[in-house]
Amino acid sequence: MPIHAPASHALTDVTASDSTLRRFLHGLPGVDAVGLEARAASLGTRSIKTTAKAYAIDLAISMVDLTTLEGADTPGKVRALGAKAVRPDPTDRTTPSTAAVCVYPDMVAVAKEAVAGSDVKVASVATAFPAGRAALGVKLADVRDAVAAGADEVDMVIDRGAFLAGDYMKVYDEIVAVKEACGTSSRLKVIFETGELSTYDNIRRASWLGMLAGADFIKTSTGKVAVNATPANTLLMLEAVRDFRAQTGVQVGVKPAGGIRTSKDAVKFLVLVNETVGEDWLDNHWFRFGASSLLNDLLMQRQKLATGRYSGPDYVTVD
Amino acid sequence: MSDKPKNTEKAEPRRLSVFKTYKLYVGGKFPRSESGRVYEVTDPKGNWLANAPLSSRKDARDAVVAARKAFGAWSGATAYNRGQVLYRVAEMLEGRKEQFVHEVADAEGLSKPKATAQVDAAIDRWVWYAGWTDKIAQVVGGGNPVAGPFFNLSSPEPTGVVAVLAPQESSFLGLVSVIAPVIATGNTAVVIASERSPLPALSLGEVLATSDVPGGVVNVLSGRTAEIAAPLAAHQDVNAIDLAGADDVLAKELEIAAADNLKRVLRPQPVDNADGVDWFATPGIERMTAFLETKTVWHPTGSLGASGSSY
Repeated sequence: MPIHAPASHALTDVTASDSTLRRFLHGLPGVDAVGLEARAASLGTRSIKTTAKAYAIDLAISMVDLTTLEGADTPGKVRALGAKAVRPDPTDRTTPSTAAVCVYPDMVAVAKEAVAGSDVKVASVATAFPAGRAALGVKLADVRDAVAAGADEVDMVIDRGAFLAGDYMKVYDEIVAVKEACGTSSRLKVIFETGELSTYDNIRRASWLGMLAGADFIKTSTGKVAVNATPANTLLMLEAVRDFRAQTGVQVGVKPAGGIRTSKDAVKFLVLVNETVGEDWLDNHWFRFGASSLLNDLLMQRQKLATGRYSGPDYVTVD
Repeated sequence: MSDKPKNTEKAEPRRLSVFKTYKLYVGGKFPRSESGRVYEVTDPKGNWLANAPLSSRKDARDAVVAARKAFGAWSGATAYNRGQVLYRVAEMLEGRKEQFVHEVADAEGLSKPKATAQVDAAIDRWVWYAGWTDKIAQVVGGGNPVAGPFFNLSSPEPTGVVAVLAPQESSFLGLVSVIAPVIATGNTAVVIASERSPLPALSLGEVLATSDVPGGVVNVLSGRTAEIAAPLAAHQDVNAIDLAGADDVLAKELEIAAADNLKRVLRPQPVDNADGVDWFATPGIERMTAFLETKTVWHPTGSLGASGSSY
């Protein structure tokens, strides 16, 4: 029998069986796609300047999960990334550290060493990232490896095939099992790969499914498909965590990932956070950016604010 | 419409005028100014010609990003290929000569023959620089004699993104004379058009867009020269600045700002007569060499002869 472990909140009955879970997820109100995109677009037009901009840039830097997920990752590259995460701009010590570095499980130990002595966390993708097409036992072994190597956070992918086929209980049980494998020391981020879920309704259902199963964070995408984080799908997930807390009292974090490259984009996401879920989420414990090139743009904008001169890529690291 | 044509013998319906909206040329596209501002461009007698975009510093920043993005491919293209592309610009200009003669005559208050002479000279200038692309390296680079067992080779390389303040008086021939040498050697350019007569420069953007010049290699901004030049001179990702269109006071200010990241600076040409710079004169290679870096490579020759080493 499935595990059905966490459910100490008001929605306990929902996960009692396959049919109750399905009834609950399909009973969620449909998403007004036009309204959602219009709302996200209108919040993106806010003008954030001077001191507010400086605050937003520093906040965004502190929320970055500095990521390298390439087949060509070397220990040297991961060490360099770790050094950059701890001190993003070596010429300006007032620059905050990033939230975490995000690597493959076999690089966790290297990353852990690189950020030792700092507050920077090490996150590891697991569960046969990015496709997630492996047996549960393999996925769990992947997670245990990462946790054993010292990963503070685990980014898992859901089984999109099962989700799209309507086998919600399978997805639920997998998340529960991975959560258990993470133990109490590692926070679990659940990646939905929104670009593969086709509809906003599916994203809303996946968000609730993930949260019911005990996710600490819900995350948009792997960064490996054509459509990654967009303001609209992030807004939708923010609404989900807001409603989930209202119903259960449990706060869940949100992590848009992939495709966020400029400071302007990052600030737009922060506006979304502030206007949708409020200040409670304006902290890197509850909101993250999964990104790699974004950090350089944030640093260049920061230098521009500090000196009044436009900076250039010659003044940040090439990674 | 109540005012019908009075000449009833020619009863053709009156056409509405189709005015051209002059826009910037940035990254191969034709955007309006990010600020949404425009300013009135007039001929020397004060007659309105058109509205041109009044660029802001953010337009300048966007142009630098576009120019930087284009630099890799343009500087990496073969010199021969760049020559072909520059020649193509001349071909396309030839086809649109009428338009440019008209615009230059309006902008500078010239008669048609004089404006034609300007445009002809400008087209010839593209051809002239097109010929130089694969020859400049032979003139300013080559093997150096050194006292050691080395091949020592110098080769000129483009410096990067060049901000160009186009001449204020010569709106087209002067403009071409400062853009062509910058891009001939593989640099990319952010050009500030003549403040008073920017229309030929903005139209040149349309020619460049249709003549195989990759987007971002030349970016044309119009507006207040001093307003746009200041952030460009201070920009850390601009490698050089050509001050052809700056007056003495502005040139000094910009040179100080440019010193911060050791930009290459080309000072305005000294003017020795009342008519200003003679842009008709054969230019020489100074405008090309001003934006080149010399890279020198030492390479062991192999056998060291007397020492007996084969290193």
